[in-house]
Amino acid sequence: MFLYDIPLLGLLFQFGGYVISILPTTGPIFLFAAAPIALGSLCGLMNERSGIVNIGIEGMMLTSAFVSAYAASLMVASGATVGGDAPFGASTPLIVGVLAAMIAGMLVSSLHAWLTITIRTDQIISGTIINITALGLTSYLNQILSKASPPNAGTFQPFIVPADIVELPVIGWFINAILNQRPITLSIIVLVIAMQILLFRSRWGLRTRAVGEHPKAAETVGIDVIRLRYRNVILGGIFAGLAGASLALESAGSFQNNMTVGRGFIALAALIFGRWTPLGAFGAAILFTASEALERSIRFVPPPGQLGEIMIGIPLQVYGALPYLITIVVLAGFVGRSTAPAAVGQPYERERRH
Amino acid sequence: MTGPAGEPTNQPVPPAEEAEAVEAADGARAASALRRAWALVVVPLGAVILAMLVGSIVILASQVFIGVEIDPTLPLVAYWAMISGGLGSFNGIVETMVQATPLVLAGLAVGVGFKAGLFNIGAQGQFLMGALAAAYVGGQLRDQPALVAVSLAVAAGAFGGLVYGFIPGALKALTGAHEVVTTIMLNFVAISISSYFVSGPLRAPRSPFAQTLDVGNAELIVLFGRNGHVGIFFALLAVPIIWWLLWRAKLGFEIRTVGANPDAARFAGMRPRRLIALTMALCGMLAGLAGSGEILGRVGHLTAPYATNVGFDAITVALLGRANPVGILFSALLLGMMKAGAGQMQIQAGIPVEIVDVIQGLILLFLAAEIIVRRLFRIREARVGLEELATVTRSYGERSA
Repeated sequence: MFLYDIPLLGLLFQFGGYVISILPTTGPIFLFAAAPIALGSLCGLMNERSGIVNIGIEGMMLTSAFVSAYAASLMVASGATVGGDAPFGASTPLIVGVLAAMIAGMLVSSLHAWLTITIRTDQIISGTIINITALGLTSYLNQILSKASPPNAGTFQPFIVPADIVELPVIGWFINAILNQRPITLSIIVLVIAMQILLFRSRWGLRTRAVGEHPKAAETVGIDVIRLRYRNVILGGIFAGLAGASLALESAGSFQNNMTVGRGFIALAALIFGRWTPLGAFGAAILFTASEALERSIRFVPPPGQLGEIMIGIPLQVYGALPYLITIVVLAGFVGRSTAPAAVGQPYERERRH
Repeated sequence: MTGPAGEPTNQPVPPAEEAEAVEAADGARAASALRRAWALVVVPLGAVILAMLVGSIVILASQVFIGVEIDPTLPLVAYWAMISGGLGSFNGIVETMVQATPLVLAGLAVGVGFKAGLFNIGAQGQFLMGALAAAYVGGQLRDQPALVAVSLAVAAGAFGGLVYGFIPGALKALTGAHEVVTTIMLNFVAISISSYFVSGPLRAPRSPFAQTLDVGNAELIVLFGRNGHVGIFFALLAVPIIWWLLWRAKLGFEIRTVGANPDAARFAGMRPRRLIALTMALCGMLAGLAGSGEILGRVGHLTAPYATNVGFDAITVALLGRANPVGILFSALLLGMMKAGAGQMQIQAGIPVEIVDVIQGLILLFLAAEIIVRRLFRIREARVGLEELATVTRSYGERSA
């Protein structure tokens, strides 16, 4: 390959070649790993677009993960069947688990909404409360429950793409990488597109953005700021719930202490890097996951030649830190500035009517 | 709410009654000071009591989960075991102080930030960077005379934290990037950095685990009990120093002015941007000290990953102590006592130690929802809260700089 020998530019080609060579093995897990992060970002988006900071995504995801695993396990214990031929390997316990996770997400979000909107407590403190309490409570309960070694509900299964499609030339494997996924992961594609359209093309979206940018003006034209903020924050909990359910019922199959390991904060980073838009956040989640996947690939199959020497020279930890570093860079405006909706963080006080 | 009750009056007082009047005035002043102090502590105290109550409900409810018959005395047994574990013996008290030491320093790192209107969520990362620097220098100087080794390692830890605190401060000052987001991100970056060094260049040779060299002579001397190291005095000294800095020094006055009203500070000729960077560096230094104290006084080396929750604990401590150095000291002791006694609670009452985190979260919840505490304890409105905080989160969406 003569392209690889061009100085400097050749490295770029080598990198491209390497990425293509590892895609078949890492591609399918991209979306799977990115889904909880993207879902967490959507939760943050619902909050921050309506003017509420949410650094409690992590705690919301963790709570939902615990509740979904526990609910599914309770169903199994009460005699519901697991397995079967239903699409995605769905069973009553798993479906109940997902529903329970969504409800749990909404409940935790209600607490956030009440603290920030009604009590007008500091929004970052509210998020901190959620993170600390969620980590403590889920670990505590998990410790107590695991003594009885509860039954396991298993996980959802990936969608099997028909062989005819997989065998299509060129695009076959790509379609397979996207569609050969478990249900919550698959739903992220629909949800992101729907949210993008709703936020920028619907009446609700216009109102939400107005409330997030300039609540006083929104109130003057007859939008009920308090109610809209409540509704958006609570509905945002559904996304966090799905993210938690995805972790517990799509990958792990059970709950482990602190199983989110910072994904809620990566979601926050993705939201910022994606400039507070659903598509942007989704792209950022994919990018961040790619950085992680690259780390794993380099560890197991380092690229050959000159590129390999350079890449092995770079500490592997760099890839892990990359998402956070580029978020700081973007926030600081060194490369393409990213700014939050203007009213985020300010508690809203309705003016008294005379 | 505290009127001029204790203020001396200008009216001439007959000499015979003068002494009596002065005494009365003193009494009134003392009473007013007491009232003020009471107003300051009543809400945190109420929040702690409520959190313990709700915590006991959690303990009771969790018995239902595992299908054991409910034993209504279990919370009392658990709390008693925790308190006697933390305060019931000499070693317990020492352990409480050892546990409280990093919490005091990291709590101050968050509290000083609050005073300047900054929400420093990055105590965790600053702590880790301080720990890394202290572990490196301590490991290098492990054969040097103790005095040299200790002082240089401690200084390195403080410096590591300082640099890591300065970064988000400078970013905010120069670009307006909000410190909440940047410090959260930097916490994760700190994990990567320390993991790289501990498992790579600084890894102790022939060690089966990823850890740095033992600090040897740089270890802080144990003064009393099993592990009552001299670092406890760093924390005890930091409290009056920070108090003096905040309320008696020019820098502290400027910090508080910037926190209360950045515009007023600017009009008064202060430079808010410089102060923000400086304050964050100071906060980072305090958290870095906490990190070096842990490495040099308790662990002896840095491991990767290094499990700590000090960043969130510090936020709890700072809020419970209302960003006041003395308040922070007492809050840290309370949390330290819980951590020191949690093990005994788990052994004697079978309650997992994680209940401490639950109680901690609940304390914060009741502090934030002050209104619940006021209603339940019938406390009248008193404006002694964290006014500085009002400006912190507000600036999140601002297009500053």
